[in-house]
Amino acid sequence: MRKAVLIALPYLWLTALFLVPFLIVLKISLSDIALARPPYMPQFDPAAGWQGFLTFLSELDFENFAFLATDDLYWKSYLSSLQIAGLSTLITLGVGYPIAYAMARADQAWRPTLLMLVILPFWTSFLIRVYSWMGILSNEGTLNTVLLWLGVIDTPLQIMNTPTAVYIGIVYTYLPFMVLPIYSALEKLDDSLLEAAEDLGCSQLSAFWLVTWPLSRSGIIAGCFLVFIPALGEFVIPSLLGGSDTLMIGKVLWEEFFNNRDWPVASAVAVILLLILIIPIVLFQRNEQKAREAEG
Amino acid sequence: MRRFSWFNATSLSLGFAFLYLPMILLVIYSFNESRLVTVWAGFSTKWYAELFRDQEFLDAAWVTLKVGVFSSTLATILGTMAAYVLVRAGRFHGRTLFSGMIYAPLVMPEVITGLSLLLLFIGIGLDRGVFTIVLAHTTFSMCYVSVVVSSRLATFDRALEEAALDLGCSAFSAFRLVTLPIIAPAVISGWLLAFTLSLDDLVIASFTTGPSATTLPIKIFSAVRLGVSPQINALSTLLIGIVAIGVITASIVTKRAAVAQARDEQQAARTA
Amino acid sequence: MAETVFAPWADPAQKPLIEFCNVTKRFGDFTAIHDLSLKIYEKEFFALLGPSGCGKTTMMRMLGGFDSVTEGSILLGGHDISAVPPNKRPVNMMFQSYALFPHLSIWENIAFGLKREGRDKAFIDARVDEMLRLTRLERFAKRKPHQISGGQRQRVALARSLAKAPKLLLLDEPLGALDRKLREETQFELMDIQEKTGTTFVIVTHDQEEAMTVASRIAVMDEGRLVQVDTPDQIYEAPNSVYVADFIGDVNLFPGTATERPVAPPPAPAVAPEVEETAPIADAALHDSAEANTATQRRLPAPDRKGEWLYEKIFRRFMGYRETAPRRLPPPSPAEIAAARAPVAPAPAPAPVAEPIRPGGILIDWAEGQPPIIAANGDTAMAGTGVTFSIRPEKVTIDAEKPDRPNIYKGKVIDIAYLGNISTFHVELANGTMVKAQMVNARRLANRHITWNDEVWIGFTETAGVVLKG
Repeated sequence: MRKAVLIALPYLWLTALFLVPFLIVLKISLSDIALARPPYMPQFDPAAGWQGFLTFLSELDFENFAFLATDDLYWKSYLSSLQIAGLSTLITLGVGYPIAYAMARADQAWRPTLLMLVILPFWTSFLIRVYSWMGILSNEGTLNTVLLWLGVIDTPLQIMNTPTAVYIGIVYTYLPFMVLPIYSALEKLDDSLLEAAEDLGCSQLSAFWLVTWPLSRSGIIAGCFLVFIPALGEFVIPSLLGGSDTLMIGKVLWEEFFNNRDWPVASAVAVILLLILIIPIVLFQRNEQKAREAEG
Repeated sequence: MRRFSWFNATSLSLGFAFLYLPMILLVIYSFNESRLVTVWAGFSTKWYAELFRDQEFLDAAWVTLKVGVFSSTLATILGTMAAYVLVRAGRFHGRTLFSGMIYAPLVMPEVITGLSLLLLFIGIGLDRGVFTIVLAHTTFSMCYVSVVVSSRLATFDRALEEAALDLGCSAFSAFRLVTLPIIAPAVISGWLLAFTLSLDDLVIASFTTGPSATTLPIKIFSAVRLGVSPQINALSTLLIGIVAIGVITASIVTKRAAVAQARDEQQAARTA
Repeated sequence: MAETVFAPWADPAQKPLIEFCNVTKRFGDFTAIHDLSLKIYEKEFFALLGPSGCGKTTMMRMLGGFDSVTEGSILLGGHDISAVPPNKRPVNMMFQSYALFPHLSIWENIAFGLKREGRDKAFIDARVDEMLRLTRLERFAKRKPHQISGGQRQRVALARSLAKAPKLLLLDEPLGALDRKLREETQFELMDIQEKTGTTFVIVTHDQEEAMTVASRIAVMDEGRLVQVDTPDQIYEAPNSVYVADFIGDVNLFPGTATERPVAPPPAPAVAPEVEETAPIADAALHDSAEANTATQRRLPAPDRKGEWLYEKIFRRFMGYRETAPRRLPPPSPAEIAAARAPVAPAPAPAPVAEPIRPGGILIDWAEGQPPIIAANGDTAMAGTGVTFSIRPEKVTIDAEKPDRPNIYKGKVIDIAYLGNISTFHVELANGTMVKAQMVNARRLANRHITWNDEVWIGFTETAGVVLKG
């Protein structure tokens, strides 16, 4: 009996505040925009009973999805989101792997401190960390000032409000997500494996490619998904660091909803985004499963 | 011996410089007399003073704190229950859906979570404000709590609970007297995580709030949209400082405890 | 020898403390326990022994109430406890991992169960102190579990489970986490505490040595069934199946076919002639029965059958079990061997008194070109069926010269394992069979002079082994 209560409470909570809202999004994505409150059609009237429900169903259509397909703003922003998320994931891997590797190679006594230093930014406000780059990247920001002073450049670089700034922002804010899984994979790596590889004739570099890299692969994959998945739907970074030409789907959705008040189209954008996300999520789950099986 | 080369040293220093330099600059500029970012016009704390005079910021901070405390407490209770169900309840009807609902919000883009909750609140005619933000934050942070707590529960020796039952506890008192005290660190870190997430959240709060409740992130976002503001620098410095003190203290405390435990165990082995 | 012998299972008037009545336990499609019935008596130290996955842990968890019974019932003191939850059972358990509450001190751990019972403070204080004394943990009362050693943790777990004075204490691999030396010490300590408290102990273990040391009775399990339930000496000396013989200790197994052993005068075709030809000692079979008789009359002091019978039926009740020293007879003379072995020789008269080479029993044809094994203790009812002759290595002798034994085989030493107190020789017989023979290193090794690749004779008496079905 107690067990039933224990299950029911979180179950009902999540159903009411996660599943049902999502079904509502799905429903509205099939509705039409209307000048009403709420601004969409048709409205489901429970008083109309079963017949009413059927009429309501018949009025739903895929018009919004058709609209998304015809307006190149949307598919361009999906593509550019995928591109930005993918490329910045690779950059994050390039930046994060050496850090994780060096942490795992560091002295045992130092490792908890290094780990704490990587985790600390994660606890700090995301918004503030993105904001901190505004002061650095702007035309009269720190970076340009330093470069001008050094004489490397004559005119300030336009980084702010460009995709470059978005890349920097994503790499910076999601770096801990990349470093931590790779570090935990590398930390488990037994030193004697490398010694054995060298004993069997590997150079240090080939020992790295033949032993370290394959054994850290599950960490790499996990890190990549942990960066890619949230980056795809990112809103704060493109809206603070990106310009009007930086198309990211999270930002488009936000604007569609708040500026254009087109709820059905915003909902359709959300549904498509989720469909795109399902692939990496399933792959990520499979990777995690494999890693667990390999351990257990 | 571990091979710690110049390569490793370089990548560590560059990596940490990349992670910390922006925040350090932020802290430095918060003490800048000038309104302009790049021009250093001398040390001053006037932006802090201005910040504390700004009633809007103080109100937003108060709303954020309220939302954070309520939602993280609720999320901790629900998330711990959910974790317990996931790890211990075995098979039950709808288990797959349940675990799906626990893990999905973790990967769900914030814009979608926010949008869907807003549409729900409008649909049922709920007035948006502190209450709706609390509901929204509880929903997504309970999933984080349940992940933290369930990973602790998974390594928890079930024999401990069985021993409590064996010694006469009811299922509930076994949880209260044995399980809860042992998983308490995970529950506490779950609460802290939920609190941080709530404090940090801009997108979901923007969707689910009404005109009556503005949280700190919403306030910051609208203030910095158009450019750098020294007031926000000051606020950021305060927040970074609080987090840094908290995290460093926590890690020192855990490290001390671990050292003490290792020492005790060594001693125990010696006296055996 | 003990004044009174403890053997309630032999007394039909005794009521069992625990009774498994046709218990079956299934986990989904998997049947962990098959229709199992078992009685355990008060004050017993009962061991459930078997390899992992044999169902022994499930048995214990059903006793503790952590697993439900699918079919059948479990009676405790005559009452069905199948539906009683673990916290309401007068049964306590000592967990394999000890399951000490890490957030409570040793004192609080021991007091935990008493506090749940709602006992008053004075009682709890007294009882916990008593338990601490019993387990010699007084000095550690205020420590936390991680501040004491593994052996001490084991004792805390024991004290905690004994504190409520349960009728029955379940011990799940209690010594598994301890190193060998500590484990041996702790075994005796456990027996001592069991005796002092008079609690019934049921122990689950996969370590046969541990079960043999501590238990009054052992139940050997395999795949959810009881294979044999008996005292340690009986399990060792008289296993009822190949499985038990193989599981407990080291053993040589000879699968073969049984034939009834010829009684005097033996019918000539009882043994195949080619066996006769190849039998290494068949040539020595030219002695008369009179000589054999005088030889047997000199052999002392082996207990005779009557004495054995008297002991088993009457004296054992109050004298207790005899030490499990191997019943090794003095080496018989070649005449005796001949009398017993050679089918042409007249068999010894069936004198009921002082018969050293027991007549009767069976012969086991176990390999082409090897003489059959004489097993005087084999059941003649098994004649004509497939049997396995099992013999412990310590009952197999090894000699450089042809010895006087009822069963001897020639072979070559392949391997010698020197274990300090004993040496185990691996001898390969002519047909490739490997036989293990053990020799106590009582004398200097130098005197023995048996080494690798030596031609040797292995031998054993006609009653040293056990004939098992199948």
